[in-house]
Amino acid sequence: MIRTLLSGDLPRSRILSVLLIAIFVSLAAAPYLFPGTRSLDVAARVCVFILLVASYDLLLGYTGIVSFAHTMFFGIGGYGVGIAIARLEAGWGAIGAGVLAALALSAVLSFVIGLFSLRVRAIFFAMITLAVASFFAILASQLSDLTGGEDGLTFRVPELLRVRTNAYYLVFGVSTVLFLLLLRVVNSPFGRVLLAIRENEFRAEALGYRTVTYRTLASCLGALVATVAGALYALWLRYTGPNTTLDFSIMIDILLMVVIGGMGTMYGAVIGATLFVIAQNYLQDVMKLISDGAKGWPLLPDLFHPDRWLLWLGVLFVLSIYYFPRGIVGQLRSLLPGQLRRGR
Amino acid sequence: MKEARFDFVPVALLAAVALAALALIGTPSTWVTLTVAGLAMGLLIFIMASGLTLVFGLMDVMNFAHGLFIALGAYVAASVMKAMGGTLAGLGPAMLAAIAAAGLLGLAFERIIIKPVYGQHLKQILITTGGMIVAEQLIHVIWGPDLLPLQRPEALRGAFLLGDVALEKYRLASVAVGLAVFAALALTLNRTRLGLLIRAGVENSEMVEALGYRVRRLFVGVFVAGSALAGLGGAMWGMYQEAVTVAIGAQMMVLIFIVIIIGGLGSVTGCFVGAILVGLVANYTGYLAPKVALGSNILLMVIILLWRPQGLYPVGKS
Repeated sequence: MIRTLLSGDLPRSRILSVLLIAIFVSLAAAPYLFPGTRSLDVAARVCVFILLVASYDLLLGYTGIVSFAHTMFFGIGGYGVGIAIARLEAGWGAIGAGVLAALALSAVLSFVIGLFSLRVRAIFFAMITLAVASFFAILASQLSDLTGGEDGLTFRVPELLRVRTNAYYLVFGVSTVLFLLLLRVVNSPFGRVLLAIRENEFRAEALGYRTVTYRTLASCLGALVATVAGALYALWLRYTGPNTTLDFSIMIDILLMVVIGGMGTMYGAVIGATLFVIAQNYLQDVMKLISDGAKGWPLLPDLFHPDRWLLWLGVLFVLSIYYFPRGIVGQLRSLLPGQLRRGR
Repeated sequence: MKEARFDFVPVALLAAVALAALALIGTPSTWVTLTVAGLAMGLLIFIMASGLTLVFGLMDVMNFAHGLFIALGAYVAASVMKAMGGTLAGLGPAMLAAIAAAGLLGLAFERIIIKPVYGQHLKQILITTGGMIVAEQLIHVIWGPDLLPLQRPEALRGAFLLGDVALEKYRLASVAVGLAVFAALALTLNRTRLGLLIRAGVENSEMVEALGYRVRRLFVGVFVAGSALAGLGGAMWGMYQEAVTVAIGAQMMVLIFIVIIIGGLGSVTGCFVGAILVGLVANYTGYLAPKVALGSNILLMVIILLWRPQGLYPVGKS
């Protein structure tokens, strides 16, 4: 049963299994385990980001392409819901229409970008997506009649979702289902071809797989899931704006989560996103303690200033790429020698 | 490489764009002002972008942290200018300090960050992005999170009046510096032995290695020079905006990517033409249709790529 749910892709490490179960149980029972607005907010963020990072890992870890436009699709989802509710009414029909419109837009955009730039090389795709995403962010902040500009859109949600627990379980449920779906995708024959393309594109092409088609499909799929994640996030926050969805710093956050958690495994997304969101919310408190303790030393208080938490995660990111490119999950899995092949 | 038969079509395109704009704008004095502004913007972008495209052409390395050198140059220049009291005498030291600081950082960056990941594109993109995150935060640690003013010296403020045409002094100075940099680069690349090796390396680096030259060492030199130029460009751009924030690097990166994609990855000539094209189009559309101006760069890139998928001046290597 569990094996089927996880599509046969078991954690393959005792510590990892324990961690994953702990995360799942805490998230599933979050409204009861951690009462309080802040901790429930953290739990919802973890759910959304697990989904977002998993969909990004489909591109980066499984297909080997770097996109900087993932936040754009995240934003399209958020704005889809936001604009639909602001224009129509705070009902399920409007949400459905908004999500559908957002999904259609994401599909078309990712298809066009993929067609345009995936023929060439990974670097080209990365550069084009960066340019398009920044253009989209400018567009969203300029079309203020539609998007609310820099202020974003605050909107009402249907009656049912005004109870925070209900809203949370919507976020949790959709995230879980879509995550399992992604797990299914990467363990399907389609996912194997993606891996083959990542490992050796030339050989995959020689075996008769149209690599451009597969890459474009993967990029569309990733974009669609990111759109749903954006819609969920907007529904949870009851707000959508450039800073919560389109900002380049969120793209950086996603990259950090994928790499630190572990590229090329969906579980990396779970570990990475959980760790990151918790660090984002609680590391600052710890750093404030260190910073206060280091008063009087030169430079140290500045280095540990609570606003500099990204510095330390950045260092961790660079070290991860050098020393454990498979991230935390890869490290945990290779703790058991003989049972599996070692990382590249 | 391309001297044999220089491709004049993109240059003609520049002239065509300028002429079409003249017809659309109507008043010649406005057109001259806009053209000078476009040239100044384009040449400043060229100064920042030239190093990146050369580094890519030579060693197949794409540095996503290039914006960092731009930001550092701007910050160092702002600090030096402040220390010198914002006078014209401080301008030279400020620019030199920006160049030196960016160059040194470039050397360190190449050694620590880029050297271990040659030939692995995916890791290059990730690791240079990571380097940028860390360095941006360090800039915050050193200079603080606030916006830093970067005043132009008195002598570079204001404008000349030629008849009814207003020409901003600083823009003219930028055009002069940009042209000087382009001339120096073109001379080095086309007339010296070093330039010959670099061009040969761009065309086929393995062959140059086989002939006994160390492309690696050449590459470090080009990387440092490119970083130093980015520092200079950043300082000048900061002075153009009269303020410096950490975001300056990331903002310019987008423009720079568009420029080197338009020009053809690895081509300095293409980078030059592309930068001027982007600068001109941005200023013309800004005047003619402000709503479109924000997307003009992307639009321009799409049109150019539809016409020449490899950019204006494709480089031999695929």
